[in-house]
Amino acid sequence: MTVNGKPAYSRKELAAAFAARIRDAVRRPMRLMEVCGTHTVSIFRNGIRTLLPPEIALLSGPGCPVCVTAQQEIDAFIALARIEKVTVATFGDLMRVPGTLSTLRSEKADGRDIRMVYSALDALNIAAHNPDRRVVFIGVGFETTAPTIAASIVMAADRGINNFSVLAAHKLVPPVLAALMESGGVQIDGFLLPGHVSVIIGAQAYLPFVQQYGIPCVIAGFEAEDILNAILKLARQVANGGARLENAYKRVVSFEGNPRALALMHTVFEPVDAPWRGIGTIAASGLKIRKDFSRFDARKVFALDVPETGEPPGCACGDVLMGRKTPPQCALYKRICTPANPVGPCMVSSEGSCAAYYRYHGD
Amino acid sequence: MADKKQHILLDHGGGGQLSHELISGLMLPAFRNDILAQLNDGALLDIGANRLAFSTDTYVVDPVFFPGGDIGELAVNGTVNDIAMCGAVPLFLSAGLVVEEGFAMADLEKILASMGRAADAAGVKVVTGDTKVVPRGVADKIFINTSGIGQIHAGVNLSAEKARAGDCVILSGSIADHGMTILLQREEMAFEARLQSDTAPLNFLVARMLAASGEIHVLRDPTRGGVGSALNEIAVQSQVGIRIHEDRIAVKPAVAGVCDLLGFEPLYVANEGKLLAFVAAPHAEKVLAAMHEDPCGRDAAVIGEVVAENPGTVVMETRIGGSRIVPMLTGEQLPRIC
Ligand code: SF4
Repeated sequence: MTVNGKPAYSRKELAAAFAARIRDAVRRPMRLMEVCGTHTVSIFRNGIRTLLPPEIALLSGPGCPVCVTAQQEIDAFIALARIEKVTVATFGDLMRVPGTLSTLRSEKADGRDIRMVYSALDALNIAAHNPDRRVVFIGVGFETTAPTIAASIVMAADRGINNFSVLAAHKLVPPVLAALMESGGVQIDGFLLPGHVSVIIGAQAYLPFVQQYGIPCVIAGFEAEDILNAILKLARQVANGGARLENAYKRVVSFEGNPRALALMHTVFEPVDAPWRGIGTIAASGLKIRKDFSRFDARKVFALDVPETGEPPGCACGDVLMGRKTPPQCALYKRICTPANPVGPCMVSSEGSCAAYYRYHGD
Repeated sequence: MADKKQHILLDHGGGGQLSHELISGLMLPAFRNDILAQLNDGALLDIGANRLAFSTDTYVVDPVFFPGGDIGELAVNGTVNDIAMCGAVPLFLSAGLVVEEGFAMADLEKILASMGRAADAAGVKVVTGDTKVVPRGVADKIFINTSGIGQIHAGVNLSAEKARAGDCVILSGSIADHGMTILLQREEMAFEARLQSDTAPLNFLVARMLAASGEIHVLRDPTRGGVGSALNEIAVQSQVGIRIHEDRIAVKPAVAGVCDLLGFEPLYVANEGKLLAFVAAPHAEKVLAAMHEDPCGRDAAVIGEVVAENPGTVVMETRIGGSRIVPMLTGEQLPRIC
């Protein structure tokens, strides 16, 4: 809203107005989970907790792509980097995540060819320019990044770039929400659903979940005001016993999502059971490359034999991701595990809860 | 995991927690003396009736040429600024070069010419120097050390321990320009963003400020580690709390965009032509007015205040009126920014 070209309200006034309405709406203590790591960071950076009434507890959920990547998968990435003539292309956050014995960063320091890229298409370009290398892109992330990765595979097929492949370690959001509800032990009164993922899958993707579990859900954007608005909607639903799906990010998220991106994703990938860090295997919660494209599937191209491993001893990432513990409740937090010397991925990723607590929480 | 006690890690040079451990654990005991122990940007020396500031810094920036400057200009401005932050007029510089075998002669000429221009612009003379060439691969292209001497302005007595409750915190302009420029050069980015290093000599700006008020308590140029780290150090050394306001801290939109994309916080990104000043509140207006007269201080603003609560801690009021801690960063700075 503007008056004579100037905003009628400052951001502080707007936030204060939201905060007042949230206070009015709250009748009882409630635990709301923000599923997405980008929300977690925005909540901390903007100091949103300091504007909320004490009855509202915000829990961080399993929505940081690097954090949910299983130890075993990290080990597979490292094994891949050690194969002769292989160039591994990856998002930067993965570089520092400890595998069982090493990290991609120390592998790089040891002379393996590991490159940081910002999209799968950058990796495809590296492959096109280095025909003597076998370039593998590590596909982590949720539904947000999967379509671009699918596009890179389709392009590789079209352009005949056969030295390119993808190690798919994608995760899907709706199945983990269901797993959270099934796991018990965590009481959640409402979900703040991720904006970026919803752009792709659309609000419709959550309807079966909301219907089955009868829990308030609101899709939210990433600006502080978007988050406050979504919290207000959740607080009102909780107060009135609502159990609806609301879309508080309509300027970007539609009901049906992005049909072209979804079609591309389904052309290349199909659902598969996938391992989540600290949570275990969740049925149909990951993506695997379909047979038609198997020559771009790094799991098929390279016979990777990686032994199963557990999580680093003492690391409570799984509990943190499921909202069962806050990072300060992990015995290693700050004492042994710091961003300089991380034990688990939640302390590495810029979207990880432990890193966010460490940076912004103060105790 | 590499053992911190066995080997030097990149983070030991990052300006964060591990750098501090290195300084207090190894440097201070090795050189044991009262002047070093003050840990100012430069050493404050009394020689006869003269009060001098003496400072040194080594530059290993990669790439050596970047938008807005190069390693030579950076090396001159950096030491000029360290001396200026002691409240001194920088006068004489030394230059020590370590050059890798095979480095292009034309590039060396360019760098030296740019050091010369920077020295002229700052009004200092490079009066002594040394050059070593090392075999290919032993050093990367070129490293430069500069040391400098300056004369402390009469009656001026600045130190990172002198911030007091009630002081205003002034920042001389937009932040994160230098660090993001260098990072962007290094990443093979698929997009173009026009960023420029802010490297500049701040001695004239400082002279104007000191002429305007005798109530400036601390000056600091927030280089490596950015404004966030500099404020934390001052909060600890002065045993005060610092409160800053996010909406008063300027970040150029392009810089903010790149920070967002690469996951950096502007508060922790290096600057090479900015300063923080802690000024007694009644003098803040005067100092600001003097800063606005100088090209390096045109966008100066009061970004916060010193408080008695929570000594050693920096708290930020966010854009939406929430608040959060601005902690000392650990081991996340990237190497070879300056
Ligand atoms: S603090 Fe470290 S060890 Fe503990 S849960 Fe977080 S990442 Fe894991």
